[in-house]
Amino acid sequence: MERYYQPEIETASREQLLAWQNERLLKQVRHVWDNVPYYRQKMEERGVTPDDIQSVEDLHKLPFLTKDDLRDAYPYGLLAKPLKDCVRIQSTSGTTGRRVVAFYTQHDLDLWEDCCARAIVAAGGTEEDVCHVSYGYGLFTGGPGLNGGSHKVGCLTLPMSSGNTDRQLQFMTDLGSTILCCTPSYAAYLAESIHERGLRDQIKLKAGIFGAEAWSEEMRRDIEAKLGIKAYDIYGLTETSGPGVSFECSEQTGMHINEDHFIAEIIDPDTGEVLPEGSKGELVFTSLTKEAFPLLRYRTRDICVLTRKPCSCGRTFVKMCKPMGRSDDMLIVKGVNVFPSQIETVLLEQGYPANYQIIVDRVNNSDTLEVQVEMTAENFSDSLARITEMEKGLVAALKAMLGIYAKVKLVAPKSITRSEGKAVRVIDRRKI
Amino acid sequence: MTIHQISVFLENRAGQLSEITSILSEHHIDLRAISIAETADYGVLRLIADKPQEASNVLLEHGFILSMTPVVAVAVPDQPGGLARVLSVLSRAQIDIEYMYSVFGQVQGQAYMIFRVKDEDLLRGVLAAEGIAAVGGDELGIH
Repeated sequence: MERYYQPEIETASREQLLAWQNERLLKQVRHVWDNVPYYRQKMEERGVTPDDIQSVEDLHKLPFLTKDDLRDAYPYGLLAKPLKDCVRIQSTSGTTGRRVVAFYTQHDLDLWEDCCARAIVAAGGTEEDVCHVSYGYGLFTGGPGLNGGSHKVGCLTLPMSSGNTDRQLQFMTDLGSTILCCTPSYAAYLAESIHERGLRDQIKLKAGIFGAEAWSEEMRRDIEAKLGIKAYDIYGLTETSGPGVSFECSEQTGMHINEDHFIAEIIDPDTGEVLPEGSKGELVFTSLTKEAFPLLRYRTRDICVLTRKPCSCGRTFVKMCKPMGRSDDMLIVKGVNVFPSQIETVLLEQGYPANYQIIVDRVNNSDTLEVQVEMTAENFSDSLARITEMEKGLVAALKAMLGIYAKVKLVAPKSITRSEGKAVRVIDRRKI
Repeated sequence: MTIHQISVFLENRAGQLSEITSILSEHHIDLRAISIAETADYGVLRLIADKPQEASNVLLEHGFILSMTPVVAVAVPDQPGGLARVLSVLSRAQIDIEYMYSVFGQVQGQAYMIFRVKDEDLLRGVLAAEGIAAVGGDELGIH
């Protein structure tokens, strides 16, 4: 028997959902027009006013927002509420120059936590459960989002945050955690550790909610088998709130988008044209209920397919597939957004040539990032200590820019292939 | 008196070293001394060649990254305590050795050591005061 956190919403008729969307969209467009000069100007440039938006049918008339807009408007340019009404900030991890800062009113937090609560209940969560949250806490949305959702459901919440595997396993066994929330790679790592230490009989996990990075169906089956659980996917982005924009149900055939809060569109990434249901294209979200940071037609750059085929779980929300790629060159490594241009900036600042290669791999279920850069006559020294020191400086500068560790590999000159035309900067060896 | 060491950047992969020695061999360049310092990923090859300028030119032509590094060659009696005496002189004078290595073979009971220090003149002066001579390229067959 499928259970829902808010059954009247999650199983509402399509007509009802559409009615909510129409009503909320009109209100939201007016709110943005009145309070966000940055977006109002974009609308004016297109000759659109709130009066032109009478229903979801008119959504395509609105201009898009991109990560570049978020950067241009940083930090307050897209804020739609006075700061005194905001109670929280969350941010994307350490990406200088590409940082996203999102603001929340208490009402925004409340609705975001509702979305996460829906995901937890869809994964079988009840007030009897012990919800073990191993997403990072802090600016990253993962920990705070699932933590809030877990409270709403009434689970006993373990705010573990990430890392310290010994402690994770001790709490898991001593306190009988039943639901695990973390990145899929950390879940796989924990599964491996539990297996190695022979703790399988001492854990009581029944479900996992894993998101913030791409993972394959094989990885899902592997985690499920090793932990004896059912593993659910969850999707979200800081720009729209955080995890819980969409979540998986027992059918595990895609993630239901919380359509009472978000309108999803699929567009052609080159032309911006809206594509019909079932087409593969870039996912665009319009936030219907957010007060402080209401993004209209935000381009996620995630390539995806939407389907409205009825789901056996009874939810009427549209389903999205796992993102199949990106329409820009952004990489997601260990759940962190990495742009090759950021790496290039650091290399140039540190006196290295812009000829480089980024190698992403997954070793023991954990992402690795390696930057190969060519040695130059200027940087070369007969002293190994001096070269090592420079290398350490580069590693530190990359860490400061990206927020995660990147291994630096100094290679011989001309050893990085120069291709005709566009250089191959990124080699992603992860099988996802 | 200054000996020019050629320092070459080496990527840690099979065949790099062999490529360098083959190039030098094709140009009839003889090696007097060789040493490698390495980390897991890369290394620095240090070599003393009989024709340093030519060796440097051909390696540059083949795309290697290198630098010429001034070093001091010192004749050390090839007997127990020979090197110990030289090093104790350096130690008393508080001269830091960045690295050192030996030259192939010996001539008339003398072995030769290559020293890389910050201040070569200071090193030569300190050794001379103790009657230990830094040697020139001729003695090592360097042209």
